Amino acid sequence: MTATVEELKALSETTVVDARGVSCPGPILAAKKKIGSVQVGSVMEVLATDSGTLKDIPAWCKKMGHDFLGSFDDAGYLHLFLRKAK
Amino acid sequence: MSKKTIILFSGDYDKVMAAFVIANGAAAMDDEVTMFFTFWGLSALRKPKGTAAPGKTKTMLQKAFSTMLPKGPEKLGLSKMNFAGVGPVMMKKVMKAANVMPLSELIDTAREQGIKLIACTMSMDVMGIRAEELIDDIEYAGVATYLAEADEGNVNLFI
Repeated sequence: MTATVEELKALSETTVVDARGVSCPGPILAAKKKIGSVQVGSVMEVLATDSGTLKDIPAWCKKMGHDFLGSFDDAGYLHLFLRKAK
Repeated sequence: MSKKTIILFSGDYDKVMAAFVIANGAAAMDDEVTMFFTFWGLSALRKPKGTAAPGKTKTMLQKAFSTMLPKGPEKLGLSKMNFAGVGPVMMKKVMKAANVMPLSELIDTAREQGIKLIACTMSMDVMGIRAEELIDDIEYAGVATYLAEADEGNVNLFI
């Protein structure tokens, strides 16, 4: 189940990974680097501009066992949310 | 966690780049990755200024090969539209504009992510490439090592 944009925007205390401006595989490399510092159960937000990230972060979450919460596009800036599950 | 293996046979900039994008992506997804460099692919592992240690002689043909082969990732040509070396310059320019990681950076990242790089010793002998001419901290092995790794992998690519 993915959350609505309002629910995503309301998420607080998220760790933000800024991967804007970098192309594949930059965003997942950045996500992988950052996830180690996130506590299990906490939310991480990935900022990106590469449109492939919309598919790649959910695929990365599925593989890594994290919960993908959803995403929204804010004037070309993509915001993707996930909850660290393990 | 699963395992991916990639044989890099090609020494074309674009193909080497594709191999390292896949390898880095897999490592970022917690996969174990082994890359096996053979024939033209060895050029990607060469140091820009690496020379063989004195005392180790190469045959004339080996010398010719090692002189003509590109020294390092940034000297590789493109598989298409190389235009005698102008193609890679143009390609790197558009890649930079698109914020794509250059190949040398992808290789550095692969090493940081613990991707195992193995140079094929048989190809090294054929091409007259010595270990001192290749980047440090890689492994040297033959086909059995690759096959043993491939047996454990669920994706094995030949590029």
